[in-house]
Amino acid sequence: MRNANINAGSKNEIVEENFATSRPLSADQEAGKSVFEVLGDRSPKQMQRRQFLVISAAVVGGVLLFGLDGSTQRVSPQDRLIHIPLHFFDAAEAAIVMAAASRIFPADESGPGAKEAGVVVYIDRHLAGPYGSDSHRYTQPPFESGVPELGYQGKATPAEIYREGLKGLAGFHLLPMAEQDKALAQIESTLFFSLLRQHTIEGMFCDPVHGGNVDMLGWQLLGFPGARMSNYEDVDKHFGEAFRPGPVSLGGHPRDNEG
Amino acid sequence: MKTLPSADVVVVGGGWTGLLMAKELGSRSSASVVVLERGGTRKTTDYFNTMDELENYVRLRMIQDFSSETVTLRHYNRQKALPLRQAGPFLPGVGTGGAGEHWGAVCDRMSPDSFELLSKTVEKYGSKKLPEDHAIQDWGVTYDEIEPFYSRVEKLIGASGKAGNINGKKIDGGNVFEGWRSSEYPLPPTKIPYFSVLFDDATKKLGYHPYPSPAATLSAPYVNPDGVARPGCTYCGFCERYGCMIGAKAQPTNTLMPVIAKHKNVSVRNGAWVRRIVFDKTGRNAKSRGVTYVDSGQEFFQPADLVVLASWTLNNTRLLLLSGVGEPYSPSTGAGTLGRNLTHQVSFSPVLAFFEKPLNKFMGSGAAGTLIGDFSGHVLDHTQLPFIRGGTLQAPSHGYGPLGSFGAVPKSVEAKWGSAWKKAAIHYYDRAARLAFQGEHLAYKGNFMDLDPTYTDRNGDPLLRMTLDWRDNERRMADFATAKSIEIVRAMGAADFTASRGLGSYDARIYQSSHVQGGTIMGKSPETSVVNPYLQHWQLSNLFILGGSTFPQSSSARPTLAMLALTCRTADAIVDRYLKAPGPLAGS
Repeated sequence: MRNANINAGSKNEIVEENFATSRPLSADQEAGKSVFEVLGDRSPKQMQRRQFLVISAAVVGGVLLFGLDGSTQRVSPQDRLIHIPLHFFDAAEAAIVMAAASRIFPADESGPGAKEAGVVVYIDRHLAGPYGSDSHRYTQPPFESGVPELGYQGKATPAEIYREGLKGLAGFHLLPMAEQDKALAQIESTLFFSLLRQHTIEGMFCDPVHGGNVDMLGWQLLGFPGARMSNYEDVDKHFGEAFRPGPVSLGGHPRDNEG
Repeated sequence: MKTLPSADVVVVGGGWTGLLMAKELGSRSSASVVVLERGGTRKTTDYFNTMDELENYVRLRMIQDFSSETVTLRHYNRQKALPLRQAGPFLPGVGTGGAGEHWGAVCDRMSPDSFELLSKTVEKYGSKKLPEDHAIQDWGVTYDEIEPFYSRVEKLIGASGKAGNINGKKIDGGNVFEGWRSSEYPLPPTKIPYFSVLFDDATKKLGYHPYPSPAATLSAPYVNPDGVARPGCTYCGFCERYGCMIGAKAQPTNTLMPVIAKHKNVSVRNGAWVRRIVFDKTGRNAKSRGVTYVDSGQEFFQPADLVVLASWTLNNTRLLLLSGVGEPYSPSTGAGTLGRNLTHQVSFSPVLAFFEKPLNKFMGSGAAGTLIGDFSGHVLDHTQLPFIRGGTLQAPSHGYGPLGSFGAVPKSVEAKWGSAWKKAAIHYYDRAARLAFQGEHLAYKGNFMDLDPTYTDRNGDPLLRMTLDWRDNERRMADFATAKSIEIVRAMGAADFTASRGLGSYDARIYQSSHVQGGTIMGKSPETSVVNPYLQHWQLSNLFILGGSTFPQSSSARPTLAMLALTCRTADAIVDRYLKAPGPLAGS
C-alpha cells in the first residue's frame, strides 16, 4: 500500500455534505484508526485520462475499499477529499447513480444508506467487469422476444442498459430530493431501474472486497456477520433472540486461493 | 483430429456419477479408465476464503458458463423456443465434481412405489385417475433391489439423519413414511436451527410427522469405508452454490478424488469437452468406439472399449442426439425414445412467513432443516383430491445471506424502494423465512427434448431444446401444498405471510432446483426406454448412461442419492459381469 497524495481539486468534484446518521461504528473507527483506501492505477498517464469520483472522507468515513484486482491504496485520514478513479462511469454519470442509489436506499433515521456504503463504487467496478459486458450470458443471435417466463432476451448488456438509462436522468443529482423521487417513480417499471435497485442492494451488502458495503456498514445494519467461519456452538442456541456476532470481511483473510 | 492411445473405459463427465464409477472401477478392476471433464480442476483448498455471496450465490461462479452453452425452452410444441440466456431454473455445474460441488446435500431416498409408479398408481386408483397425456413408467428396478445400494452410498457420503423405518419397524422421530432401510444412518442428524425447530413444533402439534433433513453434510467427523476422513459441519451458511471450504459437505472432490488419486489405472483429464460418441452402425451388434472431444481448440479421438456417459443430466440426452445414437422421440407419433419423459420437480416456496422474533438465519447448512412426509405421493389418499402423487414440505435452514434474502417485506409495505421500504426491509430481514415444497413432476407425452433448429453452442453444435410446461396435476398439487403451508406457518406463530400465487406456466426466471430428469430413461423395454435396468444402452451394449437423465419421471426426493445408488449397482454389474463377458446385461 502506498500513501496517495491526491488532494488536488478536480473539475468533476462532487463534494457531499455530512449526513447526520446513527451509523454503527466499526471496531476500527472506535479505535480512531479511520483510514480510507482507494483503488486504481496511479500512473500519471492514468491520472490524466481517468475520471474520478471525489467525495468527502467525512461522508464515507469507512475503512475498506477494494478493487476488482484486489490492490489497494491508503489515503491518510487527514485528507478531506477522496478521489476514487472511475472504471466505467464518467463523473457526471457517477453523480447521478450515487444520487439515485441514495434515494433507493437513503440515509435516514433507520441508518446510513447507499452513499455512505460506497454503492456507486461497487456499481462502477461491477459494470466495468465481466458482468457489465455480459461475459457469462448467452449472447448469440437471433434476439427475439418471447413469453416473460423465458427470461431476459434482450441484446443490451448491463453496461449498455445503464448508459442508455442514465441519459434519461441527466441533471438528476442536482434536483431536490422530492423531484428525484418523482423522476425515479417515472422509470420504476424499466429494466434500468430494476438493475439499479438490484445493484444498490448488492452494493449495500456485498463483501467489501467488491467496493461497496464500505466498512461493512450494510452488514452492521442487518446484523449479518459476513464471512464467519463457524457457528457450530451457536446454531442451535439463541432461539427467539438476536445473535449478532461482529462482522468479518473476506479482506480480513489473505486472498491466496486465486488461480 | 488426433487419435489418442485406447483406454478400456472412457467416462464422459467428472461429476458425482462419473467419478463414482471411476472410483469403483479403479478400486475393483484393472481396467484403464479415462475421465473427461470439460471444466477445470477443483479441490477443497480452492474453496478457502470463498465465502463471497456476490460471487457465488448471485453471480454463480460455480455454475456452467452460459455464454458457452445453454438450452432453449418453449412451453409447447408449436411455440418458438428461445435460449435461457442466463442461468435460471436449474444450475448445472462445471469442473471436477460438477454440480456435486455446489449442491445443497439433502440426501433423502425415494419412496418404494416411486420405482413402480405406473403399476402402483393403477393398482391403487385404476388407470382413470391418471392424467390423459401422462407418460409415467416403472423403472425396471424395485426399491428392494436398490436398498443395499442406498445403504452403501449413505456410508460413502456419511449421511446424517434419523431412520424412521428399519426393516419395517417404524421409529418416531425419523421419517415414518420412508421405505424400509437395512440400517440406521451412519451419523445422527445435523443440528436444527431455530426456524426449523419452529416448524418441527408446529407440525407435531398439527398431528404431522416431522423429521430432520437427511444430510450429506456431516454432523460429526467421519471416516468412510474407503478410509476418507472429513470433518463435521460448522453451519457457516455458505453451502448451496458454494464449495465446502472444510470438506464437511460430501462433494466428489473430497469424497471420491482422494481414492481415485491412489489408483494409477484412473486418470481425470480436465478441459476436455466431449462433442460426439463414435460408434459403428452395424445393426444389432452396434458398438461405440470411443468419443471425440475438443481441448483448447484441438480435436481428439479417445478410443475406448466401454463408454460411460455421465455428464450433467441434460447433456447426456444432448450428446446422444448430437451423436445420432438412438431414435429421437416424436411426441406426435410416440415413436423413438431419446429425449422423452423430460421432468423437473414441483420445487417452489408455498409461503413466505414473517415472524415477530429474529431467526438468526445466517446460521445453517444447505441440508439443515426439518421435513414432513405427510403430503407425499404414497401417503396422501387421492380419492377425494384433484391430483395424484405429492411431495415433501420443508422448513430449510440453508444459512441465508443478505443478497439472496434482503427485501422480503409483508404485502402491507407497498414501497419497493425509499425510506419506508428500507426501514421495513431491515426490520424483516431476519424475521422472514420460506417453507419449501418439493413435489413429483409426472412425465407427459408433450414434455420432451430434441435439438434446437436455430441456436448453437460455442463449438457450433445445436443446443438442446426443452419443451416443458406444468399440467393441472402439478398446479393443483402446488395449490394443495400452499393451503397446508398456510395452516402450518400460522401454527408456527407467523405474524404475517405471503402465499404463492400458484405455478402458472413453467418459469425459467425462478430458480427451482437442479433436479432435471429424463431424456435417456431406463425401463424394461427398448420400445419405451433408452437404457435397460443396468443403465446399459439397449442398442450399444458397450455404452452405459448414468445420472438423472435415466429417471423415467421425478420423485419428490432429491435425485442425487438415487443417482449414486444406481451408479453403484451398474458398477457392480460392470465389474462382476460385463468385464468378464461383454454384452447385454438384460434381455428385452
